[in-house]
Amino acid sequence: MAGSGPLGWVAGLGRVSLAGVAAVGRVGQFATRGLSAAISPPWYPRQILAQFWAVGFLSLPVVGLSAWFIGAALALNIYGAGDRFNAETVMPQIVALGITRELGPVMAALMLAGRVASAMASEIGAMRATEQIDAMETLSTDPRRYLIAPRLIAATISLPLLTLVADVIGVLGGMQVSKLLIDLPPKIYIQTTADFITRWDVESGVIKSAVFGFIIGLMGCYHGNNAKGGARGVGRATTSAMVSSAVLILASDYLLTSIFARG
Amino acid sequence: MTAKLEWRGVSKRFGANVVLDGLDLSVAPGRSLALMGRSGQGKSVTIKLALGLMRPDAGAVFLDGVDVTHQSEAARRASFAGIGMLFQGAALFDSLTIWENVAFRLINADGMGRREARARAIEALELVKLSPDVAERFPSELSGGMQKRAGLARAIVGQPSLLFFDEPTTGLDPVTAGAINELIRDKVTSLGCTAVSITHDMHSARTIADDVAMLDAGKIVWRGSVAELDSAEHPLVRAFVTGRAEGIEA
Repeated sequence: MAGSGPLGWVAGLGRVSLAGVAAVGRVGQFATRGLSAAISPPWYPRQILAQFWAVGFLSLPVVGLSAWFIGAALALNIYGAGDRFNAETVMPQIVALGITRELGPVMAALMLAGRVASAMASEIGAMRATEQIDAMETLSTDPRRYLIAPRLIAATISLPLLTLVADVIGVLGGMQVSKLLIDLPPKIYIQTTADFITRWDVESGVIKSAVFGFIIGLMGCYHGNNAKGGARGVGRATTSAMVSSAVLILASDYLLTSIFARG
Repeated sequence: MTAKLEWRGVSKRFGANVVLDGLDLSVAPGRSLALMGRSGQGKSVTIKLALGLMRPDAGAVFLDGVDVTHQSEAARRASFAGIGMLFQGAALFDSLTIWENVAFRLINADGMGRREARARAIEALELVKLSPDVAERFPSELSGGMQKRAGLARAIVGQPSLLFFDEPTTGLDPVTAGAINELIRDKVTSLGCTAVSITHDMHSARTIADDVAMLDAGKIVWRGSVAELDSAEHPLVRAFVTGRAEGIEA
């Protein structure tokens, strides 16, 4: 019998593996359909603008504030631990590199995963639970074009822009700490940063952000669209959207960084 | 005469639970049918299959003689341009004002300008006895009865030839329920459209329908006109008419 012993264990492993493959397939299919709706007409400009407002503009305070703290904390770390190998003299360079290549994109993405992916999942999940998505179908309007595509477009484009803002504010955070601790004049800090940073440092972070943005939009919409079981299901979808976004962001960050490092 | 809407040999199951088992049902053009049955017997599934929100495991649904079951999504949406639906909870879009809800199809599917669509929406709101000042409010600012009226306005604004009503009076007080029933009857008659309503409420069925079909164990077990309800001998129909469950398994 397959219910116990080694055979049962193998059967269980098989079931889990099949479920995993099926889930990846469902997400892949959802992503393909969402992407296809995002890049082909008809579009709903009012919905797209509304999502840019919700995803991009309203995330500015939280991303900006977090970026300042990250930049300042990074500078403090370099000052505190860097004296072991005289690293405090290159504080502007390390802060700029750390923020533009890694911390800016990842921090902004994680902030958005918490703020936006969960909001998308709960909104779409609640619409599913209250038959609003079914109603949209009966009104001859494709929910993929009206609900999913605007969110994917807004998240994919907004996050790189937010990352650029985070880069600037993060560097400013580092600058203020360096002025306070090592009395480095801001003008010299900015000049050193500008001389050191390359275009690719910023671009690689922006490319990563676009991928992270798509992941956030996709996870928010996917989990919301598949929410089942009323309020409890919506709650589960919200948590799943946030957690899966964060994990996928970190995994894809490693993957993209390794690709960029080879290039 | 070709039926306006027909379910032919439709089966649907969820796991081991067989909900519809070879359902055969048709509605003639211009007739209003009330689909009745106990809870969990597949009434909502029957409507969702007709609307293409679910696919049957077997059988097909025909709209004006055309099999809409196996159409592409885009073709199906085009076929359903003349359909209106009032959902049980009205299913108004929370983030839109009432007039934007009512004009949703006009703006987003028919490409009508917002100014013209707003005027049409306000006309539809007046048809369901809602004043124009409701137009700028959000669904959460309306009572359940007003939301149902707004949902009805959204269903009829596109001059549909086929209307679906899912439990139109559930959760409403008797006075409001009576008003909604009268409105539905009035609009179905004035638009000359075909209607399919799901209801548990015998009074509602008598008001809004010409014919009644009783769904049980995945099949239609009785069908007749509203006038025939009181003389029907089927135990389930008797139970619905008398409100007593004697001889009926729970």
